[in-house]
Amino acid sequence: MEVPVLKQGPYLIASIQSALNDADLVHFRDALVEKVGRLRSRGVIVDVTVLDVMDSFATRTLRDLAHMIRLRGAETVIVGIQPEVAFAMVQLGLSLAGVGTALDLEEGLSFLDQTTA
Amino acid sequence: MNESGAQLQGAAPAGETETVLLRELVSLLRRNRTQNREEWARRITQAQLLTAMSQEEVFAEATTVYDNYVEALETGTLEALDAYARDLSERIIPRGVETHEVIGIVLLLRDVLARSLFAKYQTDFALLNRILDAYEPAANRIANTVAVGFVQERERIIREQQEAIRELSTPVLQVRERLLILPIIGAIDPQRARQLTEQLLSAIRTNRAKVVVIGITGVAAIDNNVANHLVQTVEASRLLGATVIVTGLSPRIAQILVTIGVDLTKMNTVGDLQGGIEEAERLLAYKVVPGGTASAPA
Repeated sequence: MEVPVLKQGPYLIASIQSALNDADLVHFRDALVEKVGRLRSRGVIVDVTVLDVMDSFATRTLRDLAHMIRLRGAETVIVGIQPEVAFAMVQLGLSLAGVGTALDLEEGLSFLDQTTA
Repeated sequence: MNESGAQLQGAAPAGETETVLLRELVSLLRRNRTQNREEWARRITQAQLLTAMSQEEVFAEATTVYDNYVEALETGTLEALDAYARDLSERIIPRGVETHEVIGIVLLLRDVLARSLFAKYQTDFALLNRILDAYEPAANRIANTVAVGFVQERERIIREQQEAIRELSTPVLQVRERLLILPIIGAIDPQRARQLTEQLLSAIRTNRAKVVVIGITGVAAIDNNVANHLVQTVEASRLLGATVIVTGLSPRIAQILVTIGVDLTKMNTVGDLQGGIEEAERLLAYKVVPGGTASAPA
Protein backbone atom coordinates (compact mmCIF):
# COMPACT_ATOMS: atom_id res chain seq x y z
CA MET A 1 0.00 0.00 0.00
CA GLU A 2 1.62 3.21 -1.21
CA VAL A 3 1.36 6.33 0.97
CA PRO A 4 0.72 9.47 -1.09
CA VAL A 5 3.16 12.28 -0.34
CA LEU A 6 2.07 15.78 -1.31
CA LYS A 7 4.39 18.73 -1.67
CA GLN A 8 3.15 21.98 -0.18
CA GLY A 9 5.71 24.74 -0.47
CA PRO A 10 8.66 23.87 1.74
CA TYR A 11 6.75 21.04 3.40
CA LEU A 12 5.86 17.45 2.56
CA ILE A 13 2.54 16.03 3.68
CA ALA A 14 2.31 12.24 3.95
CA SER A 15 -1.21 11.11 4.66
CA ILE A 16 -1.52 7.46 5.64
CA GLN A 17 -4.71 6.10 4.08
CA SER A 18 -5.00 2.66 5.68
CA ALA A 19 -3.28 0.39 8.13
CA LEU A 20 0.26 -0.45 6.99
CA ASN A 21 2.11 -3.69 7.51
CA ASP A 22 5.73 -3.72 8.66
CA ALA A 23 7.21 -3.93 5.16
CA ASP A 24 5.04 -1.04 3.93
CA LEU A 25 6.14 1.04 6.92
CA VAL A 26 9.82 0.50 6.20
CA HIS A 27 9.26 1.28 2.54
CA PHE A 28 7.32 4.43 3.47
CA ARG A 29 10.13 5.55 5.81
CA ASP A 30 12.86 5.07 3.22
CA ALA A 31 10.91 6.76 0.44
CA LEU A 32 10.06 9.76 2.61
CA VAL A 33 13.61 10.24 3.92
CA GLU A 34 14.87 10.10 0.34
CA LYS A 35 12.26 12.57 -0.87
CA VAL A 36 13.00 15.16 1.84
CA GLY A 37 16.52 15.62 0.48
CA ARG A 38 15.56 15.50 -3.15
CA LEU A 39 12.82 18.15 -2.80
CA ARG A 40 14.85 20.23 -0.30
CA SER A 41 11.92 20.24 2.14
CA ARG A 42 12.18 21.96 5.52
CA GLY A 43 9.39 20.08 7.21
CA VAL A 44 7.36 16.88 7.03
CA ILE A 45 3.87 16.16 8.30
CA VAL A 46 2.84 12.54 8.80
CA ASP A 47 -0.92 12.22 9.20
CA VAL A 48 -1.97 9.08 11.11
CA THR A 49 -5.64 10.00 11.64
CA VAL A 50 -6.94 6.76 10.10
CA LEU A 51 -4.83 4.48 12.28
CA ASP A 52 -6.71 2.96 15.18
CA VAL A 53 -3.75 0.87 16.29
CA MET A 54 -0.13 1.88 16.76
CA ASP A 55 2.04 -1.07 17.69
CA SER A 56 5.63 -0.98 18.86
CA PHE A 57 7.04 -1.45 15.37
CA ALA A 58 4.98 1.40 13.92
CA THR A 59 5.92 3.68 16.80
CA ARG A 60 9.61 2.88 16.49
CA THR A 61 9.56 3.29 12.71
CA LEU A 62 7.89 6.70 12.98
CA ARG A 63 10.37 7.77 15.65
CA ASP A 64 13.29 6.61 13.51
CA LEU A 65 11.78 8.35 10.51
CA ALA A 66 11.60 11.65 12.42
CA HIS A 67 15.17 11.30 13.67
CA MET A 68 16.49 10.40 10.21
CA ILE A 69 14.69 13.36 8.69
CA ARG A 70 16.16 15.65 11.34
CA LEU A 71 19.62 14.39 10.39
CA ARG A 72 18.76 15.32 6.81
CA GLY A 73 18.05 18.86 7.95
CA ALA A 74 14.25 18.92 8.21
CA GLU A 75 11.69 18.76 11.03
CA THR A 76 8.90 16.17 11.36
CA VAL A 77 5.53 16.44 13.05
CA ILE A 78 3.12 13.55 13.52
CA VAL A 79 -0.50 14.62 13.49
CA GLY A 80 -3.90 13.03 14.11
CA ILE A 81 -3.12 10.47 16.80
CA GLN A 82 -6.52 9.44 18.16
CA PRO A 83 -7.17 9.75 21.93
CA GLU A 84 -7.62 5.99 22.34
CA VAL A 85 -4.45 5.34 20.40
CA ALA A 86 -2.50 7.84 22.50
CA PHE A 87 -3.79 6.27 25.69
CA ALA A 88 -2.93 2.77 24.53
CA MET A 89 0.54 3.88 23.47
CA VAL A 90 1.47 5.38 26.83
CA GLN A 91 0.06 2.36 28.62
CA LEU A 92 2.22 0.06 26.52
CA GLY A 93 5.19 2.32 27.17
CA LEU A 94 5.55 3.26 23.50
CA SER A 95 7.09 6.68 23.27
CA LEU A 96 7.57 9.21 20.54
CA ALA A 97 10.19 11.04 22.60
CA GLY A 98 11.84 13.84 20.73
CA VAL A 99 9.24 13.79 17.96
CA GLY A 100 6.87 16.69 17.39
CA THR A 101 3.16 15.91 17.64
CA ALA A 102 0.09 17.98 16.84
CA LEU A 103 -3.67 17.59 16.80
CA ASP A 104 -4.31 17.71 13.07
CA LEU A 105 -2.96 18.91 9.73
CA GLU A 106 -3.66 22.57 10.47
CA GLU A 107 -1.87 22.39 13.81
CA GLY A 108 0.97 20.49 12.19
CA LEU A 109 1.48 23.26 9.64
CA SER A 110 1.60 25.95 12.32
CA PHE A 111 3.96 23.75 14.36
CA LEU A 112 6.33 23.57 11.38
CA ASP A 113 5.97 27.30 10.73
CA GLN A 114 7.19 27.91 14.27
CA THR A 115 9.97 25.34 14.45
CA THR A 116 11.45 25.83 11.00
CA ALA A 117 11.11 29.62 10.83
CA MET B 1 -38.82 -30.62 59.29
CA ASN B 2 -40.39 -32.25 62.36
CA GLU B 3 -41.29 -35.89 62.87
CA SER B 4 -45.05 -35.76 62.43
CA GLY B 5 -44.66 -33.75 59.19
CA ALA B 6 -42.30 -36.34 57.77
CA GLN B 7 -44.71 -39.16 58.68
CA LEU B 8 -47.66 -37.41 57.12
CA GLN B 9 -45.77 -36.73 53.93
CA GLY B 10 -44.82 -40.37 53.86
CA ALA B 11 -48.50 -41.33 54.11
CA ALA B 12 -49.64 -39.35 51.06
CA PRO B 13 -47.85 -38.24 47.88
CA ALA B 14 -45.84 -35.20 49.00
CA GLY B 15 -46.70 -32.92 46.06
CA GLU B 16 -50.41 -33.55 46.26
CA THR B 17 -50.60 -33.03 50.01
CA GLU B 18 -48.84 -29.74 49.74
CA THR B 19 -51.03 -28.51 46.89
CA VAL B 20 -54.21 -29.35 48.76
CA LEU B 21 -52.95 -27.73 51.93
CA LEU B 22 -51.80 -24.60 50.13
CA ARG B 23 -55.20 -24.31 48.47
CA GLU B 24 -56.92 -24.52 51.80
CA LEU B 25 -54.44 -22.01 53.22
CA VAL B 26 -55.07 -19.55 50.41
CA SER B 27 -58.83 -19.69 50.77
CA LEU B 28 -58.44 -19.18 54.50
CA LEU B 29 -56.22 -16.14 53.97
CA ARG B 30 -58.75 -14.76 51.44
CA ARG B 31 -61.60 -15.17 53.92
CA ASN B 32 -59.68 -13.42 56.68
CA ARG B 33 -58.32 -10.72 54.39
CA THR B 34 -59.83 -7.72 56.17
CA GLN B 35 -59.01 -8.91 59.63
CA ASN B 36 -55.42 -9.97 58.84
CA ARG B 37 -54.71 -6.80 56.92
CA GLU B 38 -55.89 -4.61 59.76
CA GLU B 39 -53.91 -6.59 62.27
CA TRP B 40 -50.85 -6.26 60.07
CA ALA B 41 -51.25 -2.50 59.58
CA ARG B 42 -51.68 -2.13 63.34
CA ARG B 43 -48.47 -4.09 63.97
CA ILE B 44 -46.58 -1.97 61.42
CA THR B 45 -47.62 1.21 63.21
CA GLN B 46 -46.87 -0.32 66.58
CA ALA B 47 -43.37 -1.32 65.50
CA GLN B 48 -42.88 2.23 64.14
CA LEU B 49 -41.99 1.02 60.67
CA LEU B 50 -42.58 3.07 57.51
CA THR B 51 -42.76 6.29 59.53
CA ALA B 52 -41.94 8.21 56.37
CA MET B 53 -45.38 7.28 55.00
CA SER B 54 -48.86 8.31 56.09
CA GLN B 55 -51.34 5.86 57.66
CA GLU B 56 -53.41 5.75 54.48
CA GLU B 57 -50.40 5.02 52.32
CA VAL B 58 -49.23 2.26 54.64
CA PHE B 59 -52.69 0.72 54.55
CA ALA B 60 -52.95 0.96 50.77
CA GLU B 61 -49.53 -0.60 50.24
CA ALA B 62 -50.29 -3.21 52.88
CA THR B 63 -53.41 -4.23 50.98
CA THR B 64 -51.50 -4.63 47.72
CA VAL B 65 -48.68 -6.51 49.41
CA TYR B 66 -51.20 -8.78 51.13
CA ASP B 67 -52.98 -9.63 47.86
CA ASN B 68 -49.70 -10.19 46.08
CA TYR B 69 -48.54 -12.34 48.96
CA VAL B 70 -51.60 -14.57 48.86
CA GLU B 71 -51.39 -14.77 45.09
CA ALA B 72 -47.75 -15.84 45.29
CA LEU B 73 -48.75 -18.54 47.76
CA GLU B 74 -51.51 -19.71 45.46
CA THR B 75 -49.63 -19.77 42.18
CA GLY B 76 -46.19 -20.59 43.58
CA THR B 77 -44.64 -18.12 41.11
CA LEU B 78 -42.85 -15.06 42.39
CA GLU B 79 -42.54 -12.96 39.22
CA ALA B 80 -45.53 -10.71 39.90
CA LEU B 81 -44.48 -10.21 43.51
CA ASP B 82 -40.90 -9.54 42.48
CA ALA B 83 -42.01 -6.91 39.97
CA TYR B 84 -44.27 -5.32 42.57
CA ALA B 85 -41.43 -5.33 45.15
CA ARG B 86 -39.13 -3.52 42.75
CA ASP B 87 -41.80 -1.01 41.83
CA LEU B 88 -42.55 -0.41 45.51
CA SER B 89 -38.83 -0.04 46.26
CA GLU B 90 -38.41 2.49 43.51
CA ARG B 91 -41.24 4.57 44.98
CA ILE B 92 -40.24 4.41 48.64
CA ILE B 93 -36.43 4.50 48.52
CA PRO B 94 -36.29 8.22 47.64
CA ARG B 95 -38.54 8.87 50.67
CA GLY B 96 -35.96 7.41 53.00
CA VAL B 97 -37.48 4.01 53.73
CA GLU B 98 -34.73 1.78 55.09
CA THR B 99 -33.93 -1.85 54.37
CA HIS B 100 -34.80 -2.99 57.89
CA GLU B 101 -38.28 -1.47 57.55
CA VAL B 102 -39.09 -3.35 54.37
CA ILE B 103 -37.77 -6.64 55.71
CA GLY B 104 -39.53 -5.86 58.98
CA ILE B 105 -42.98 -5.44 57.43
CA VAL B 106 -42.69 -8.61 55.34
CA LEU B 107 -41.64 -10.60 58.40
CA LEU B 108 -44.51 -9.02 60.34
CA LEU B 109 -46.97 -10.18 57.70
CA ARG B 110 -45.44 -13.64 57.88
CA ASP B 111 -45.99 -13.62 61.66
CA VAL B 112 -49.53 -12.25 61.44
CA LEU B 113 -50.53 -14.94 58.99
CA ALA B 114 -48.82 -17.66 61.01
CA ARG B 115 -50.73 -16.49 64.09
CA SER B 116 -54.00 -16.67 62.25
CA LEU B 117 -53.15 -20.24 61.27
CA PHE B 118 -52.40 -21.12 64.87
CA ALA B 119 -55.71 -19.61 65.93
CA LYS B 120 -57.64 -21.54 63.31
CA TYR B 121 -56.07 -24.98 63.73
CA GLN B 122 -55.18 -24.94 67.45
CA THR B 123 -57.39 -27.94 68.09
CA ASP B 124 -55.78 -30.18 65.47
CA PHE B 125 -52.08 -30.23 66.15
CA ALA B 126 -51.19 -32.66 63.35
CA LEU B 127 -53.02 -30.63 60.72
CA LEU B 128 -51.45 -27.42 62.02
CA ASN B 129 -48.03 -28.97 61.55
CA ARG B 130 -48.78 -29.91 57.97
CA ILE B 131 -50.21 -26.52 57.20
CA LEU B 132 -47.09 -24.87 58.58
CA ASP B 133 -44.90 -27.22 56.56
CA ALA B 134 -46.63 -25.98 53.44
CA TYR B 135 -46.74 -22.37 54.54
CA GLU B 136 -43.24 -21.75 55.87
CA PRO B 137 -41.09 -22.51 52.80
CA ALA B 138 -43.42 -20.45 50.60
CA ALA B 139 -43.45 -17.57 53.09
CA ASN B 140 -39.67 -17.65 53.37
CA ARG B 141 -39.32 -17.53 49.60
CA ILE B 142 -41.65 -14.54 49.48
CA ALA B 143 -39.76 -12.69 52.23
CA ASN B 144 -36.52 -13.44 50.46
CA THR B 145 -37.84 -12.18 47.11
CA VAL B 146 -39.07 -8.90 48.56
CA ALA B 147 -35.88 -8.29 50.57
CA VAL B 148 -33.57 -9.10 47.67
CA GLY B 149 -35.67 -6.97 45.31
CA PHE B 150 -35.46 -4.01 47.66
CA VAL B 151 -31.73 -4.33 48.25
CA GLN B 152 -30.97 -4.72 44.54
CA GLU B 153 -33.08 -1.68 43.71
CA ARG B 154 -31.24 0.27 46.39
CA GLU B 155 -27.88 -0.84 45.04
CA ARG B 156 -28.89 0.14 41.53
CA ILE B 157 -29.79 3.64 42.72
CA ILE B 158 -26.51 3.92 44.63
CA ARG B 159 -24.55 2.82 41.57
CA GLU B 160 -26.29 5.41 39.42
CA GLN B 161 -25.55 8.14 41.96
CA GLN B 162 -21.90 7.10 42.22
CA GLU B 163 -21.60 7.24 38.47
CA ALA B 164 -23.15 10.71 38.38
CA ILE B 165 -20.89 11.98 41.15
CA ARG B 166 -17.83 10.56 39.46
CA GLU B 167 -18.64 12.29 36.22
CA LEU B 168 -19.44 15.59 37.89
CA SER B 169 -16.39 15.51 40.11
CA THR B 170 -13.87 16.09 37.33
CA PRO B 171 -15.19 18.68 34.92
CA VAL B 172 -12.95 19.67 32.03
CA LEU B 173 -13.38 23.41 31.72
CA GLN B 174 -12.51 25.59 28.80
CA VAL B 175 -11.11 28.89 30.12
CA ARG B 176 -10.49 30.50 26.81
CA GLU B 177 -9.87 29.31 23.34
CA ARG B 178 -7.43 26.39 23.29
CA LEU B 179 -6.94 26.41 27.07
CA LEU B 180 -8.52 23.75 29.30
CA ILE B 181 -8.52 23.46 33.06
CA LEU B 182 -9.00 20.17 34.83
CA PRO B 183 -9.38 20.60 38.58
CA ILE B 184 -9.10 17.30 40.42
CA ILE B 185 -10.65 17.07 43.86
CA GLY B 186 -10.71 14.09 46.17
CA ALA B 187 -9.13 10.68 46.14
CA ILE B 188 -8.00 9.19 42.84
CA ASP B 189 -8.34 5.45 42.39
CA PRO B 190 -7.16 3.64 39.27
CA GLN B 191 -10.66 3.57 37.78
CA ARG B 192 -11.15 7.30 38.27
CA ALA B 193 -7.68 8.02 36.94
CA ARG B 194 -8.49 6.10 33.78
CA GLN B 195 -11.83 7.83 33.30
CA LEU B 196 -10.16 11.17 33.90
CA THR B 197 -7.60 10.57 31.18
CA GLU B 198 -10.25 9.48 28.70
CA GLN B 199 -12.33 12.57 29.44
CA LEU B 200 -9.31 14.84 29.09
CA LEU B 201 -8.11 13.33 25.82
CA SER B 202 -11.47 13.59 24.15
CA ALA B 203 -11.88 17.15 25.46
CA ILE B 204 -8.51 18.07 23.97
CA ARG B 205 -9.70 16.87 20.61
CA THR B 206 -13.16 18.45 20.67
CA ASN B 207 -11.93 21.81 21.97
CA ARG B 208 -8.72 21.75 19.92
CA ALA B 209 -6.87 22.53 23.12
CA LYS B 210 -3.25 23.54 23.01
CA VAL B 211 -2.59 23.80 26.73
CA VAL B 212 -4.14 21.95 29.66
CA VAL B 213 -3.74 23.00 33.28
CA ILE B 214 -4.35 20.15 35.71
CA GLY B 215 -4.92 21.47 39.23
CA ILE B 216 -4.39 18.88 41.94
CA THR B 217 -4.58 21.16 44.97
CA GLY B 218 -7.60 19.14 46.11
CA VAL B 219 -5.81 15.82 46.06
CA ALA B 220 -4.52 14.78 49.47
CA ALA B 221 -2.21 11.97 48.50
CA ILE B 222 -1.36 9.82 45.53
CA ASP B 223 0.23 6.43 45.24
CA ASN B 224 2.74 5.00 42.83
CA ASN B 225 0.09 3.93 40.32
CA VAL B 226 -1.67 7.26 40.22
CA ALA B 227 1.64 9.13 39.90
CA ASN B 228 2.58 7.00 36.93
CA HIS B 229 -0.86 7.50 35.48
CA LEU B 230 -0.42 11.25 35.77
CA VAL B 231 2.81 11.03 33.80
CA GLN B 232 1.07 8.85 31.21
CA THR B 233 -1.73 11.40 30.90
CA VAL B 234 0.82 14.14 30.28
CA GLU B 235 2.51 12.00 27.63
CA ALA B 236 -0.76 11.01 25.94
CA SER B 237 -1.86 14.66 25.83
CA ARG B 238 1.43 15.56 24.18
CA LEU B 239 0.75 12.94 21.50
CA LEU B 240 -2.42 14.90 20.72
CA GLY B 241 -0.35 18.04 20.49
CA ALA B 242 -1.30 19.59 23.83
CA THR B 243 1.04 20.75 26.58
CA VAL B 244 0.08 19.84 30.14
CA ILE B 245 0.90 22.03 33.12
CA VAL B 246 0.39 20.45 36.54
CA THR B 247 -0.28 22.85 39.38
CA GLY B 248 -0.89 22.71 43.11
CA LEU B 249 1.41 19.88 44.10
CA SER B 250 1.36 19.81 47.87
CA PRO B 251 4.62 19.29 49.80
CA ARG B 252 3.40 15.80 50.59
CA ILE B 253 2.74 14.89 46.95
CA ALA B 254 6.02 16.48 45.86
CA GLN B 255 7.75 14.28 48.40
CA ILE B 256 5.92 11.18 47.16
CA LEU B 257 6.81 11.91 43.54
CA VAL B 258 10.48 12.43 44.34
CA THR B 259 10.61 9.35 46.56
CA ILE B 260 9.11 7.01 43.99
CA GLY B 261 11.29 8.48 41.28
CA VAL B 262 8.77 9.67 38.70
CA ASP B 263 10.45 11.03 35.58
CA LEU B 264 9.86 14.71 36.30
CA THR B 265 11.55 15.99 33.16
CA LYS B 266 8.37 15.15 31.26
CA MET B 267 6.20 17.13 33.67
CA ASN B 268 5.67 20.83 33.44
CA THR B 269 4.79 22.02 36.96
CA VAL B 270 3.84 25.39 38.37
CA GLY B 271 3.14 26.23 42.01
CA ASP B 272 -0.49 27.30 41.93
CA LEU B 273 -3.41 27.51 39.52
CA GLN B 274 -2.91 31.22 38.89
CA GLY B 275 0.70 30.61 37.93
CA GLY B 276 -0.41 27.71 35.76
CA ILE B 277 -2.89 29.85 33.84
CA GLU B 278 -0.30 32.62 33.41
CA GLU B 279 2.19 30.09 32.07
CA ALA B 280 -0.49 28.67 29.75
CA GLU B 281 -1.29 32.14 28.44
CA ARG B 282 2.38 32.72 27.82
CA LEU B 283 2.53 29.47 25.83
CA LEU B 284 -0.56 30.49 23.88
CA ALA B 285 0.96 33.98 23.43
CA TYR B 286 -2.03 35.64 25.03
CA LYS B 287 -1.30 38.96 26.67
CA VAL B 288 -3.04 39.84 29.92
CA VAL B 289 -3.58 43.56 29.88
CA PRO B 290 -4.13 45.00 33.37
CA GLY B 291 -7.69 46.29 33.65
CA GLY B 292 -8.49 45.15 30.11
CA THR B 293 -9.41 41.93 28.41
CA ALA B 294 -6.99 39.32 27.19
CA SER B 295 -6.38 39.26 23.50
CA ALA B 296 -4.36 37.28 21.04
CA PRO B 297 -1.55 39.16 19.33
CA ALA B 298 -2.13 40.19 15.76
